[in-house]
Amino acid sequence: MSEALDTAPAPVPASTEAPGDSSALVQLLLLAVFCVVGLGAILWLLAQWNEGGAGEAADAGSGTVTLALSQEPPQLDSTRSTDQVSIRILGHVMEGLLRYDADDQLVGGVAERWEMRDESATFWLRADARWSNGEPVTAHDFVFAWRKALEPANASQYAFILYGIKHAEEVNRGEMPVDALAARAVDARTLEVEFARPLPYFDKLTAFCTYNPVNEAFYESTEGAYGADADKLLYNGPFAIDRWVHGASLRLTKNPHYWDAERIRLNVIDHAYITSDTLATINLFKDGKVALAGLNAENLTDAMQQRWKIRRFADGSVYYLGLNHRPGRPTSNHHLRKALQAVNDPAELVYKVIKVPGNLPTSSLFPLWLRGVQGRFRQEYPAPAHQADEAQGRAYLARALEELGLAELPPLVMLIGDTPSSKKQAEYYQNLFKRRLGIDIKIDAQIFKQRLAKMTSGDYDLVAAGWGPDYDDVMTFGDLFTSWNENNRGRYANPELDAAVDVARSSNDPRVRMDAMARVQEILYEDAVVLMQYERGSVYVAHPRVKGVVRRSVGTDPDYTNAWVEPIGG
Amino acid sequence: MLVYTLKRLLQGVVTVWFIATATFFAMHAVPGNPLTNEKAVTPEIWAELQRRYGLDKPLLEQYRVYIVNMAKGDFGVSYTQQNRQVNDIISEHFKVSATLGILAVVFAAFGGILWGALTAMYRNRAPDIVIVFLVILGISVPGFVFAAFGQLSLVKVNDWLGFTLFPVAGWGTVQHMIVPSMVLGLGTMAFLTRLMRSSMLEIVNSDFVRTARAKGLPAARVFRKHQLRNAILPVITVLGPSIAAITTGGFVVELVFAIPGLGRYFVQAVQQLDYTVIMGTTVFYGAFLVFMVIAVDVVYGLVDPRVRLE
Repeated sequence: MSEALDTAPAPVPASTEAPGDSSALVQLLLLAVFCVVGLGAILWLLAQWNEGGAGEAADAGSGTVTLALSQEPPQLDSTRSTDQVSIRILGHVMEGLLRYDADDQLVGGVAERWEMRDESATFWLRADARWSNGEPVTAHDFVFAWRKALEPANASQYAFILYGIKHAEEVNRGEMPVDALAARAVDARTLEVEFARPLPYFDKLTAFCTYNPVNEAFYESTEGAYGADADKLLYNGPFAIDRWVHGASLRLTKNPHYWDAERIRLNVIDHAYITSDTLATINLFKDGKVALAGLNAENLTDAMQQRWKIRRFADGSVYYLGLNHRPGRPTSNHHLRKALQAVNDPAELVYKVIKVPGNLPTSSLFPLWLRGVQGRFRQEYPAPAHQADEAQGRAYLARALEELGLAELPPLVMLIGDTPSSKKQAEYYQNLFKRRLGIDIKIDAQIFKQRLAKMTSGDYDLVAAGWGPDYDDVMTFGDLFTSWNENNRGRYANPELDAAVDVARSSNDPRVRMDAMARVQEILYEDAVVLMQYERGSVYVAHPRVKGVVRRSVGTDPDYTNAWVEPIGG
Repeated sequence: MLVYTLKRLLQGVVTVWFIATATFFAMHAVPGNPLTNEKAVTPEIWAELQRRYGLDKPLLEQYRVYIVNMAKGDFGVSYTQQNRQVNDIISEHFKVSATLGILAVVFAAFGGILWGALTAMYRNRAPDIVIVFLVILGISVPGFVFAAFGQLSLVKVNDWLGFTLFPVAGWGTVQHMIVPSMVLGLGTMAFLTRLMRSSMLEIVNSDFVRTARAKGLPAARVFRKHQLRNAILPVITVLGPSIAAITTGGFVVELVFAIPGLGRYFVQAVQQLDYTVIMGTTVFYGAFLVFMVIAVDVVYGLVDPRVRLE
């Protein structure tokens, strides 16, 4: 359209126009001034209609730290939260019976002391633990929250984490009324819990957000909107949400009613930006507007060029290629799995393909940071020795083909996510399996929900997957491939592994438990249940004057409850 | 006129219904379930979740319930933001998108008129050549490149100045709004500059301008009263559709500048298969576009009776 207009004839000699130029220019300038003033007025009007704004990344004077969130917390009703962002916010504004301190040791939260027995436990609550409306936090608040989480109508996706409590599973399945749950408030400050079976790590479970207390009267007063807004929550943690502009910002201020408020040195944690764009976050960091920015393959070089100090920590999760064990699938054949495992080279994947520092190649499902009998589990029970071996792989493949009665293997379907990095990894494996074993891989890239649907229905041979911990015990990884675990999406079933997990989850003897878990570690490798890849390490940059921030593998991460801002020159 | 307006409105309602229906069935044809999560759940909880969102009913029944609720103006509860009504999401975030969109259009219109007039005045001379080159750049380079480039330049500028002239991301104050709206309006501004330029050149040669000159009016007056005023008309005509296009098309800019607009929710909802938010935003945007077009048509009908007769 504009093309046609542009060719309109304009045979005016320049000389006839020239005399008017200067005064016409003045007119144009006047128009420009008018436009700028008009724009300014509109801007001012629109600004009255919107809210927001934030300060610098770290301000020692007011004790403020400014951060970015990758998304809005989807669910702050702790009985129903499942995602990392919600759990991170809840870790700052709520407190359970126990919590992790700055050195990752389990210490008293609302509980002042506690006693663990074989099949029961008692928690004595602090007299000064209070909600943000001044009411005391009572044992009943815990009973109410746990019942709520288990109530079938509440449909909490994390209800299973309470199953260690006697009758919890039956309540959750609707087979028993909620008051059958064996957690009782003996009085306002004493909580009695009976276990379904010996549960040596129950104390560690209580640090998880599903175990957080909920004030019943307040919960009912929100009429189903508990957790939906800043004023639709009662807080018992070090901070409270004081302003929440949905999708834009979430500001936490120090909670004066918190029993240990003296320990808290920050006054404000302002999550002033909500964006999933890592480039935007790194630009904000560069501009001094946020105190923390995660790094990935795209912005890592930039961070290095800036000569920032790049920090790293193990975020706790492990990654692997899951295999489909359903009958009829080629990967249900033991020797085919062993063939794939034999050529799998986690070190090559981590150092030559992913190339983001911090990741650690592994051959074990159990990450390095897990606690064992005394020290670390993996020091006491080393991971299976693994060396990529093409010849062995081909030998296994020959046996597999013989057992399957095939001359050549049909292409295997590898289900992956839709990010650039998962595509890169998938292409690496496609090449690896073709080159080493002559196996064709068909890559099936899907968005998150579709990938989950296909994983659940078993519509794949290999799947790029990972697992992160919920609590600080080997069991958080150990029971993943038991026949009863719904998350065992490859439907692997091995009575020997089930038996070992059963021993580990009900014995009170740490040695017996860890021995059983070591057996699980062996079975997973010997039977090539999954092809292990790496323990994920996160790399990030952080404001040099914000001190005392704790990064964790399990629990609230990042944790600013112990943080403070060092004054300039201080 | 009333009959014409009513007829157009009825057409609009049918169009929106069609958009809603097509989106509903297309969305349900996508494999996957919005309720699936990393952690698998027991069959009992799964059934309860399905029941809560009405996904246990047959598809046609779900469709019936949905259309009835939609007619009542209730878009339901989001699947990902489980405590939020889709109506709240739309009202809270469309406000932001609209702010950004209006600013971008205003910016594009002002800029387009100014640059267009300037290029016409200096036709085939240095300012014209430079601006026309920039215009071609503005039309051909996609918005997300400008967005990323704009943000990066801001970091450099702030670094160089030693203080924050404009924030690199975020939302809420006047400073936050300026750069994103400029970036969003850039393409439209380039287009309007071209339009303004050609319309100015056309008018320069028209009889009434020649007459005005001939009767000895001062050049400034000819420029303002006769040229500029007439040349702006076609620009104003294309502004209507531009407003709708810009307001609904800002999601890349919203993502890059961390702006809590509706476009971002629209895109994320598709990735998360958040049925209610997909439906809510699609129907809302669809209705917004359809009724913008109708509004323009009705205004045309008021101005030009010939339109009504068709």
